[in-house]
Amino acid sequence: MGSIADTTAEAHAARRDDPADAAFSSREVDGALCLRGAATLSNLAELQAALQSGARRIDLSDLSRLDSAGAWALATYRRRVEGAELIGLKPPHADIFETVDTALAPPEDDPAPRRSMADRLEGIGRAVVGSARTGGELIAYLGIFLQRLAVSIRHPSRFHLTALVHHCQEVGLKAVPIVALMAFLIGIVLAFQGSTQLRQFGAEVFVVDLIAISVLRELGILLTAIIVAGRTASSYTAAIGSMKMREEVDAMRALGVDPAHALIVPRILALLLMLPILGLIANVSGLIGGMFMSWIELGISPAMFRTRLVEGTDISHVFVGLVKAPFFALIIGIVGCHAGMQVKGNAESLGMMTSRAVVAAIFMVIVADALFSIFFAELGI
Amino acid sequence: MSGAEREVVIRLRGIRNQFGTQVVHDGLDLDVYRGEVLGVVGGSGTGKSVLLRTIVGLQEPAAGEIEVLGVDARTHDEDKRQALRRRWGVMFQDGALFSSLTVRENVEVPLRDVAAGGAETARLDDETRHALADLKIALSGLPPFAGDKYPSELSGGMRKRAGLARALALDPDIVFLDEPTAGLDPIGAAEFDRLIRRLSRALGLTVFMVTHDLDSLHACCDRIAVLAEKKVLVTGTMAEMLEVDHPWVHEYFHGPRARAALASAAE
Repeated sequence: MGSIADTTAEAHAARRDDPADAAFSSREVDGALCLRGAATLSNLAELQAALQSGARRIDLSDLSRLDSAGAWALATYRRRVEGAELIGLKPPHADIFETVDTALAPPEDDPAPRRSMADRLEGIGRAVVGSARTGGELIAYLGIFLQRLAVSIRHPSRFHLTALVHHCQEVGLKAVPIVALMAFLIGIVLAFQGSTQLRQFGAEVFVVDLIAISVLRELGILLTAIIVAGRTASSYTAAIGSMKMREEVDAMRALGVDPAHALIVPRILALLLMLPILGLIANVSGLIGGMFMSWIELGISPAMFRTRLVEGTDISHVFVGLVKAPFFALIIGIVGCHAGMQVKGNAESLGMMTSRAVVAAIFMVIVADALFSIFFAELGI
Repeated sequence: MSGAEREVVIRLRGIRNQFGTQVVHDGLDLDVYRGEVLGVVGGSGTGKSVLLRTIVGLQEPAAGEIEVLGVDARTHDEDKRQALRRRWGVMFQDGALFSSLTVRENVEVPLRDVAAGGAETARLDDETRHALADLKIALSGLPPFAGDKYPSELSGGMRKRAGLARALALDPDIVFLDEPTAGLDPIGAAEFDRLIRRLSRALGLTVFMVTHDLDSLHACCDRIAVLAEKKVLVTGTMAEMLEVDHPWVHEYFHGPRARAALASAAE
């Protein structure tokens, strides 16, 4: 080293937790920037501050440590400042510098493109096309399900009966308590609200008709479908999605097992079989709830409730309600299975598809229910 | 370079690991020296990965002393442990990348920690962090576009490289690699061997590598440690391994595959 004139602007910082991280300092010597100490990640800010001086020559012979972060700062500096040269690089540091310098990509000159109006429009267009495509895929899944079901009927030996029974238990039997409780509470609420309103007209006894028609036609099956959509669509998506993630679905295909046959048919069929039963349970439970509350609130005895129910309510209301169940079951099952098959290889997409399946299933069930209402009203049933 | 007077960066003494009644390690001793690439081999179930997990603190040993970079790694002082963790990097078998983050964001995770836990001087701005992550990605031999990809969009080999990039993020003194070449094609594996060799030389890394790959042992390991009979049976260079007459070690280094690897290394 030559003579050192100490016109120092020393940036000194004691390192905290790490004794091996020595301090870093810099000084101007004969027009060259002389770096001293550890040019490492933990001193990166000081190093960059020192390099702000814009010196052409940088003397590195006093460096005690250099890591790839320090080397990166020096290498980018050399690229940025024209005519900059690094001198006195010691052999172990030279290796690091060399490695980093060669690894550094050539400077890029394409700044991120700005989002123009057309881009925003494109986003909307893509979303619309995407949902149209999803709709098409759902219909395709319905077709796949029906086709595989037909195959199962022609070749019963290929049918996965164990899976069907298992899913019936999961979807149907295990959902009975929550569905029954929910419908019971709905019956109570209807009786309570109905009685306070109808009492004003002295028409308390019509509370039976109110409960019967609303539970049997609409609420029993609709709320059951919503609960099942929340419970089952999500579990279908999660189960199929995680199988997709672990390439189990691909393994099935490779082994000659049709995933639609093994995964989709038993699940949707289980829902088809179970949802009407759950709906019926909800109907009964709702009526019991209503009867219970009418008895307490209005003094309508269970016997009277029964008589009024049988005389005043047409049996067609039950069928109008339950006929919707298979359609709701198809919607829930197809949306759940389809979303499961769309899961990509990461955990994030599994979660996203699961929540999307629940929202889509509930939304579509309600839309379908509205369509049914209009349909039946037009028919005058 | 004789081993005796070199700095020991990992010192294991009397390590005992057991799961229930099954004892995996008993009285295991091992020294790893600064700047070397150590290959740890052993049959299935001899606890190679368990040993790695023990050193980095993912598995608490039943007994024994672990000293890494002169610090007791089993200390209960959480600050010391945290400081230690930042001086080593771990690459898990399949990369163990966070699947909801891009490769660049994965590499930035440890760098974020620097900014969060540090003194005011250690704060990294976003731009610097991106650039450093990109540098690590490039050092690991990944093309620049890989930074914006999600782990699920990468091949197995690229995921391993991305895992290595994350392990290198803080310029660690020691890098732990769990089966770095498992599941790679021979060309990819050979490239990975060269990469490890090159990085360990250039950055002065100490590499602790669990491997089954005889070619890797030839291509990049300075020293080999053989795990058998619940301890480190023998350590030494490849040439020394060939002299050992323990039956398992002999079979391992003289079997048909070993001979093939030896022949290809001699070319």
